[in-house]
Amino acid sequence: MGVEGIGASVVRKEDRRFITGRGRYVDDIKLAGMTYAHFVRSPHAHAKVRNIDSSEAMKMPGVIGVHTGKELVEDKIGNLICGWAVSSKDGTPMKMGAWPAMAPETVRFVGQAVAVVIAETKNQARDAAEAVVVDYEELPAAADIRAAIKPGAPQLHPEAPGNVVYDWALGDEAAVKDAFSKAANVVSLELTNNRLVPNAMEPRAAIADYDEAEEHFTLYTTSQNPHVARLVLSAFYNIAQEHKLRVVAPDVGGGFGSKIFIYPEEMVALWASKKVRRPVKWTGDRSEAFLTDAHGRDHISKAEMAFDKDNKILALRVKTHANFGAYMSLFSSSVPTYLYATLLSGQYNIPAIYAEVMGVYTNTTPVDAYRGAGRPEASFLLERLMETAARQLKVDPAELRRKNFITSFPHQTPVIMAYDIGDFGASLDAALKAIDYAGFPARKENARKEGKLRGIGFSCYIEACGIAPSKAVGSLGAGVGLWESAEVRVNPVGTIEILTGSHSHGQGHETTFAQLVAERLGIPISQVSIVHGDTDKVQFGMGTYGSRSAAVGLTAILKAMEKVESKAKKIAAHQLEASEDDIVIENGEFKVTGTDKAIALPMVALAAYTAHNLPDGMEPGLKEGAFYDPTNFTFPAGAYICELEVDSATGKTSFVNFVAADDFGRLINPMIVEGQVHGGLAQGIGQALLEGAVYDVNGQPVTASFMDYTMPRADDLPSFKLSHTTTLCPGNPLGVKGCGEAGAIGASAAVINAITDAIGNNKLEMPATSDRVWHAIHGSA
Amino acid sequence: MSTVKLTVNGKAVSADVEDRTLLVNLLRDHLNLTGTHVGCDTSQCGACVVHIDGRAVKSCTVLVGQADGSNVTTIEGISKGDELHPMQAAFRDNHGLQCGYCTPGMIMSAIDIVNRYGGKLDEDTVRHELEGNICRCTGYHNIVKSVLDAAGRMRVSQAAE
Repeated sequence: MGVEGIGASVVRKEDRRFITGRGRYVDDIKLAGMTYAHFVRSPHAHAKVRNIDSSEAMKMPGVIGVHTGKELVEDKIGNLICGWAVSSKDGTPMKMGAWPAMAPETVRFVGQAVAVVIAETKNQARDAAEAVVVDYEELPAAADIRAAIKPGAPQLHPEAPGNVVYDWALGDEAAVKDAFSKAANVVSLELTNNRLVPNAMEPRAAIADYDEAEEHFTLYTTSQNPHVARLVLSAFYNIAQEHKLRVVAPDVGGGFGSKIFIYPEEMVALWASKKVRRPVKWTGDRSEAFLTDAHGRDHISKAEMAFDKDNKILALRVKTHANFGAYMSLFSSSVPTYLYATLLSGQYNIPAIYAEVMGVYTNTTPVDAYRGAGRPEASFLLERLMETAARQLKVDPAELRRKNFITSFPHQTPVIMAYDIGDFGASLDAALKAIDYAGFPARKENARKEGKLRGIGFSCYIEACGIAPSKAVGSLGAGVGLWESAEVRVNPVGTIEILTGSHSHGQGHETTFAQLVAERLGIPISQVSIVHGDTDKVQFGMGTYGSRSAAVGLTAILKAMEKVESKAKKIAAHQLEASEDDIVIENGEFKVTGTDKAIALPMVALAAYTAHNLPDGMEPGLKEGAFYDPTNFTFPAGAYICELEVDSATGKTSFVNFVAADDFGRLINPMIVEGQVHGGLAQGIGQALLEGAVYDVNGQPVTASFMDYTMPRADDLPSFKLSHTTTLCPGNPLGVKGCGEAGAIGASAAVINAITDAIGNNKLEMPATSDRVWHAIHGSA
Repeated sequence: MSTVKLTVNGKAVSADVEDRTLLVNLLRDHLNLTGTHVGCDTSQCGACVVHIDGRAVKSCTVLVGQADGSNVTTIEGISKGDELHPMQAAFRDNHGLQCGYCTPGMIMSAIDIVNRYGGKLDEDTVRHELEGNICRCTGYHNIVKSVLDAAGRMRVSQAAE
């Protein structure tokens, strides 16, 4: 590794613009003649839209137009799509109701748009939106899963009787039943996975610009995957053809999944820009983010595990209800099925698993992928169950896990996934050592003397990342392939541009992707630019989510680099009158091995572009592209241990120590990897202790601002102790696995396991607020 | 409409704005200083923190009229040419930022914290003082590290002056 190559903690190239206030986010962009959009949103969770009267609004200063869902229907604008087909266990396709970008007839969640005002200024649009009079006929609402599946519950969509989208299952029911009948012990648990709001710090925004002369649209948008946005907008929504639509996702202020999806606001902005023949800008405020960004999690589950007399796991049975909210968001159907149940084997040898998942409509904001997407829910369930089992079986929780670890690879689980490699014992050992597990009983006793309840909790997670092998996900119902593309352009002066379909919204690709080039060619990363986020520049790409950018995106760059290097070596050999096989690349030079003959990269590049003296038949230029489709998921895994104290008088928890030992395969930039883990841990701990989206019985959100929804703050969190163990991923040439979601997947179970250990009561829901913990201690829950 | 006059990053500024205009809107929309961000609508997140007469203030809570005559410094105004402010350099060197959206507000708050506490900063104090700034990316670990690092650098640079 060079000072800037793979494995070096290089400071980030992109940071200078961010720390000097020169980042360029969507809301920072101003176009000439720009107008502003503000949406009129439903205050009701469920209602008929009887009439929309915009006559007063139209008279207000600066108002250019007020448009409604009926006009979308008249213009044949398509409804929002769900891109992953999941069938019920009886073989019937999932049952979906239509989701129009603005509701022409019925609203089904608070915040759903019914009209949009376009005005000269943002304030004028906002003022006029308040003057739009909507006549609603309120309908009874189903505000949560239990209310929605009750007999006689309010029905959201006629297409989905009983509000059930699908009743899906995975695994061998008979084998599980048989195993349970032979069990020495059965451990069971009911648990809730609380609904979360992603809350990337940059609210969503869109600017649509229609060029009448060219019949061409440009959309600046807060997207994790601009090419997918263009594909969906053109293929399904009848707004613009793909070659007449440029989508730009410039600097994007965090995503965590919530910016994967194509939302009504972008669609309406594009459509309206053609109507008003001027650019239209919409910038969401935080309240709109709470109401309309896709939420995450929201499961209720019952889980049972069967053990033999030696405490080996025989089988797992899970029944989960997943809340989809009022409409099926873009990838929602896959989250509680193929991204959840397929991970229920965890790190353990479980001979038989059967999981049933019922997906349910409710009158709430749509739910989709949020950091981890299904895998945190699986990990939480399994790791709470393992800890519960250890307590019930009266064995050490670390040793119960170790006894059941998968130790030989590849390993085929009973729930689709084939783990390629791992060393779960190594990460558990690293975590035990980091927290000084042997010293815990003495620390607990000392804490007791001081009147504090001290607890320790484990979580050994595994996740499937590097999403995903196209053929595999296609066979499971995905509507897209999940490969990645890259292009390497060597300029005539030898500087390099890497075009990638991955998108960076905090991950640091401008640095890590350049590190690969530095590693391969021995040139400084300052000579390399990473180009992303613009469909006019990058041919195609699937974007960034599912911890895929290194495993899939960077591998695509490597494949293109190999082609460039191969051609450059031919040119160098020709120039140096040597054999191509004798050329090696070192420190930016192409050398004839064993001699002092060399030619620098800029001279090779110049030769390629002047084309005065190239090998016979060679095309000029030095630019290559590649598409890379992974052969398998990658399987990052690790062990997290949380040690904390609870004040029994107040129920307040205080962290003593939080250790994370992860195996991400090869690390490109350890500093950036650790940053990803820190952020993920914060979100996992946030879920465990602080965060929870709450609706009242009428479907009114009661946590729709930062005043009500508790975001983790600096003094809610500890500093983390991280370590790494390494098994190189055999599925890609870089050996990388992905690190973006691990913290959020593994942390919450460790925290709840630690609190329940401290208080001696296993019944505790997330978020474990002081109030809940106090009641759990004092038995009045 | 009112005319307001204030100094922003050392330059005299005069603007005719609606009375309801917030300082953050003046900075972003009228002066094109888009480094100051808006992350919420309840004055919780701190993405909009600037300095008014040397103190950290959430610019979404200030009507432009209230800032009339004051001296405002934004993220764009703290480096000396190409030379970064020690807090900016510390955020970069300690990976104290990821998506960069909360970063300007964090840096402006953090400078004020160091100025107020001088040499008496420790991790708990930094964490407590950063309560008014929300970050969703970093888990604060490296932000806290950055602020403590910068506190040392700022002491050194003050001692040198």
